[in-house]
Amino acid sequence: MDFELLIGIFPQVLLDGIILGFMYALIALGYTMVYGVLEFINFAHSEIFIVGAFVGVEILLALKGAGLLEGLPWMVVLLLILTAGMVVSGALAVVVERVAYRPLRNAPRLIPLISAIGVSFFLQDAIRLFESLWNNAFNLVYPTMDALNHRFEITETIDIPMKSLVVIVAALLMLWALHTIVGRTKIGKAIRAVAEDQAAASLMGINVNRMISLTFLIGGAMGGAAGVLFGIQYGLINPYTGFIPGLKAFTAAVLGGIGNIPGAMLGGLVLGLLEAFAASYLSLLTGGAFGAEYKDIFAFSVLILILIFRPKGLLGEVVRERA
Amino acid sequence: MTGLNRPVPATILVVALLALTAYGVTHFPRSIVVFMLFQASILLLYFARMPGWLKGLITAGTLGVLMPVLGSINAYYLEIAVQVGIFVALALGLNIVVGLAGLLDLGYVAFFAVGAYSWAIFGSPHANAIFGGGAFPLAGWWFFVFLLVGVGVAAGAGILLGLPVLRLHGDYLAIVTLGFGEVIRVLANNLDKPINITNGPKGITPIVRPPIFFDPLLRAIGIEASPNVVYPLYLYFLVLVIVGVTVLVNRRLEDSHVGRAWEAIREDETAAQAMGVPLVRMKLLAFACGASFAGAVGVLFSAKQVFINPESFTFMESIGVLAMIILGGMGSIPGAILGATVVTVLNLQVLKGLSLWLNELRNAGVEIFGYSLANLPTQLEPAKYERMVFGLILVLMMIFRPQGILPARRRRREIEESR
Repeated sequence: MDFELLIGIFPQVLLDGIILGFMYALIALGYTMVYGVLEFINFAHSEIFIVGAFVGVEILLALKGAGLLEGLPWMVVLLLILTAGMVVSGALAVVVERVAYRPLRNAPRLIPLISAIGVSFFLQDAIRLFESLWNNAFNLVYPTMDALNHRFEITETIDIPMKSLVVIVAALLMLWALHTIVGRTKIGKAIRAVAEDQAAASLMGINVNRMISLTFLIGGAMGGAAGVLFGIQYGLINPYTGFIPGLKAFTAAVLGGIGNIPGAMLGGLVLGLLEAFAASYLSLLTGGAFGAEYKDIFAFSVLILILIFRPKGLLGEVVRERA
Repeated sequence: MTGLNRPVPATILVVALLALTAYGVTHFPRSIVVFMLFQASILLLYFARMPGWLKGLITAGTLGVLMPVLGSINAYYLEIAVQVGIFVALALGLNIVVGLAGLLDLGYVAFFAVGAYSWAIFGSPHANAIFGGGAFPLAGWWFFVFLLVGVGVAAGAGILLGLPVLRLHGDYLAIVTLGFGEVIRVLANNLDKPINITNGPKGITPIVRPPIFFDPLLRAIGIEASPNVVYPLYLYFLVLVIVGVTVLVNRRLEDSHVGRAWEAIREDETAAQAMGVPLVRMKLLAFACGASFAGAVGVLFSAKQVFINPESFTFMESIGVLAMIILGGMGSIPGAILGATVVTVLNLQVLKGLSLWLNELRNAGVEIFGYSLANLPTQLEPAKYERMVFGLILVLMMIFRPQGILPARRRRREIEESR
């Protein structure tokens, strides 16, 4: 085995893992917030995430078509697509909750879950339908921006592209903002109260329905931002791209302790790192017998093991059982 | 529908409708609408009130004689019937796990894949690549042995999955089974190295089909039919037998000791345990039973297709089967049959029909409100929107009729109570 090679690629793999981890963390927040409040897995969150990516690509393509893409400062473009992605995804999440989940709030537990799976499937093809009519194509590529492709060289073998830095900085900012909203503001307090006990919260004068909508809005907006960042980082998207990252982000949420916001961030980072290392080192360590294709299996095995041995996750939020 | 409540007019009406629509199919063999009317009159047969033996007789006549005759007029209809049969058997299998035992399994297609690959590997020359030599493919009659092998292997996989995960509840169990389904698909996609077991994304072909063992018999009565004509009919009857067995087993299970234990677990796990129901054993049994049906159907599927690859075993198939039993009514046998039929027909006939129709309009350059359809985007193909159909079925059923179209009696009561 080439030991030097293993050491040599380490920083690059670490960087990939961190980027992937922040991506998962941002998506995982949507799962974990909704679970905290409603104790239900919002299966459609992976599509709400990818809708953000589509909003981003549509705006970029429009700007490119108008010849503005290289004229505007890249910061402005970035801010524009991030905001648009967050608004659309957040609004979509609120609509989905209103239409498909709210009527089922008192139904047996599996019923909203099945409805959520239905929404997820419906949205995948709805995006496809829209893009087919609009662009006559549903596999879209993010237009490149020169400023984002600039690479900062650290050593001869390691460099960080600008877009990766953007992803990390944006993710950190967003996680900080969310932490502040939920932890420090009155609205955040209300959301936490609803998560704790809906009946008691409503007796304290909190509008429970509005807080649930707000939870979906915030979670959806985080997902939308993650979608835009995903598009910038990886480039190629289609309506079905969101599914697997969504599933892994859910794994990350469970890994960190579902319902627990810092847990989702931690879980996302841990899973991202695990996956990046599995993808690069598995094939080297097994002499090519098992390659990067097995990284998905790796993530699911982590999920199964966590659920069996530490169902509360790393940061151990107590999961209450509802009949 | 009042006529359907009295036996004599009901019988006359249903038989007349069946005859009329079947006659219609012989005259318009290419019309999808007419064939769907024929299918609808079979549904009417189910609702009609008439003596059990008569209903059985008419059903047997319709499925055993009328359908094959129509199939010989337009072979595509036989293909649809075979597909429907395969999905009915799958839906009935999943119905045990989800409908009776209340364990939401989102990776059901994995067991289907296990069955399909078990025959695909040994029933094709591919096994030589694994074991060396030239002993494979196995002779056609081994297919019948492998129906049982498929049952065994899939049940084993069910237990293997069930053992670690059955401590989990509700939605966690759903996610883990989903993960398991994906794992099986990834394995099928990548196990072409280090040892080539599944041949990766390229898939396995040609897979041996079961022999036409009654061929000498046909010759004896003087029928010289080419295999191209006999084979689809043969497959159709094979599927019919398997569906028949599945329905029978399901009905026996439903009212058995085990079936009642499953329903008790579904209603209230704690209460069931207090009543002495061994939770783990019963849940494992449910997983194994459901999986074994999928295994047998998988063997049949690989023989029918002659070629399989991992694309047939995606998450979408799992959800498709789930949509079938949800549409029909969880825990209800007639519901599962109806759901499987409706969803399969929707996918195979309605969506594909819409695609063809749209293409014709596009090619003809028809104008609607001044918009020429020739300008329609070429990527717009209704046939590709299966997920939208599944999704709509799931959401609308959950909101408006969670008990399904033909609910099981006990299930209906449970949902009414919880409202």
